[in-house]
Amino acid sequence: MQALYAQLLVGLINGSFYALLSLGLAVIFGMLNIINFAHGALYMMGAFVAYFLLNLAGLNYWWALLVAPVVVGIFGMILERTMLQWLTGLDHLYGLLLTFGIALIVQGVFQNYFGSSGLPYAIPDQLKGGVNLGFMFLPIYRGWVVVFSLVVCLATWYLIEKTQLGAYLRAATENPTLVRAFGINVPRMITLTYGLGVGLAALAGVLSAPINQVRPLMGADLIIVVFAVVVIGGMGSIMGSIITGFALGVIEGLTKYFYPEASNTVVFVLMVLVLLVKPTGLTGRAA
Amino acid sequence: MSALTDDTLPVTPRAMRDEMIVFAAMAVLLAIVPFTGIYPFFVMQALCFALLACAFNLLIGYGGLLSFGHAMFLGTAGYVSAHALKVWAFPPELGILVGTAAAALLGLITGYISIKRQGIYFSMITLALSQLLYFLYLQAPFTHGEDGIQGIPQGHLLGIFDLSKPLVLYYVVLVGFLAGFLLIYRTINSPFGEVLKSIRENEPRAISLGYKTDQYKLVAFILSGTLAGFAGSLKVFVAQNASLTDVHWSMSGEIVLMTLVGGLGTIFGPVVGAFVIIAMQQYLAGFGQWVTVIQGVIFVSCVLLFRRGLVGELAHFLRRSL
Repeated sequence: MQALYAQLLVGLINGSFYALLSLGLAVIFGMLNIINFAHGALYMMGAFVAYFLLNLAGLNYWWALLVAPVVVGIFGMILERTMLQWLTGLDHLYGLLLTFGIALIVQGVFQNYFGSSGLPYAIPDQLKGGVNLGFMFLPIYRGWVVVFSLVVCLATWYLIEKTQLGAYLRAATENPTLVRAFGINVPRMITLTYGLGVGLAALAGVLSAPINQVRPLMGADLIIVVFAVVVIGGMGSIMGSIITGFALGVIEGLTKYFYPEASNTVVFVLMVLVLLVKPTGLTGRAA
Repeated sequence: MSALTDDTLPVTPRAMRDEMIVFAAMAVLLAIVPFTGIYPFFVMQALCFALLACAFNLLIGYGGLLSFGHAMFLGTAGYVSAHALKVWAFPPELGILVGTAAAALLGLITGYISIKRQGIYFSMITLALSQLLYFLYLQAPFTHGEDGIQGIPQGHLLGIFDLSKPLVLYYVVLVGFLAGFLLIYRTINSPFGEVLKSIRENEPRAISLGYKTDQYKLVAFILSGTLAGFAGSLKVFVAQNASLTDVHWSMSGEIVLMTLVGGLGTIFGPVVGAFVIIAMQQYLAGFGQWVTVIQGVIFVSCVLLFRRGLVGELAHFLRRSL
């Protein structure tokens, strides 16, 4: 039973990353009509910024949680201003191709300087150790990742669904021209939205650094799984992304326990099943 | 109207004649390659990728479907052919046949699943399906995991042509490429191809005109996958191995890149693109990961600066369809 709970926890952690990443993808898709293939590369950048902060500037994990999303978010906003904005009005697939190119560049540069092996990133002192819950031993850092991700996801949901700013955002997703007519600067909102989505990816990268090590290709395979998550969940609803992300992480964890051979394919198999039964995705509006 | 085709020219007898002239010139140029001192292995490899890119282009350029998982056909046909040749000791023609048939079957299954969604979702689904196959091949015993299938016997095609002789192999690959190319060309200019183009331009309208667009898309997907598999089977004889690289997502990305560089929806673009990218990989092999960075830069600059690609820009300049 210990092993089962341990795999469930791993599943919840992976689910946190799926949720944070697919949430960002959904928000970006809503505003920019672009599937951000660079999301995995920017997640990796988040982890590397944390690594640099610790080793070059002596700033610890807590600073990294704050600084990395901002740094990567700004980097993302520069990408949006210099490149992505020129794709407005073109076929969706160009956005995919452009961001795929950006992902290749970012990953290639990091691979060139850091190889393909992982760099260690220590768990911060405050979160070391674990607690015995009676039925299982819970490493504090892992519990922290799940709880913190959940809080961030819910905060994002609240921001978009319940605040004034979020209302503008949703309105601009539906009809940008009309929202501009009301005097709201939609291009700036688009830039900020991309920054927000990318910042969430970077935050996930920082959270993952002490667990998965810091590797140039850490986001490359992850983004494909996240795409499958997005296909399953549909990108129409923020809450849908969060729930699907966590649920698939848990299912993957359970698979690791009951049938480990299928653990890295289970999400894709589920995607196939969902497509056969309900092609629009679980929460989906038709795309 | 799709942004892919802002300057589609009507198919006229003159355009057809131009295309046949270019095709003849291409065939002659490729036929004299062995006598020019150009490394034939390089050209054979490029021809396999050119056919692969042409097959991919049939979907994206004429059906508007961006498959981000075409490496799965390359890899699947490669593995099946390699296994048949090495373990079952099949003759080359049967080896190619079973590899291509496996790709066709895969096309039927993955096509049926992926055409359930449109646009960007279609791309994500094909990518996810190819990643699923990647993990299956990583674990399946017959693929020998990380090592791949190596030392594949080339044998005698139809009992006559000794494929271990580079010159013979070169012409066999060339004939295979030209046959595949002509099949795609014929498809594009058939009534079927016209319906496909109408789906790309305006799917709801094609449906309202009574076309069962899903069936057309599925057939196009199977055809594209089959030809991509045929290219993968030919590549087994050239490279004499089948490995996980051929199923990896980065390979799918390279196929997209070749077609994009040459020109999406152009007839000769994928061929030009494949030669450009393969040549680049040869010359830059010593630069390690910078090759990936350069590929990324090409992607970005193609999308931002010349979306028509090399051949597309030329065709636009000449006001011809190429």
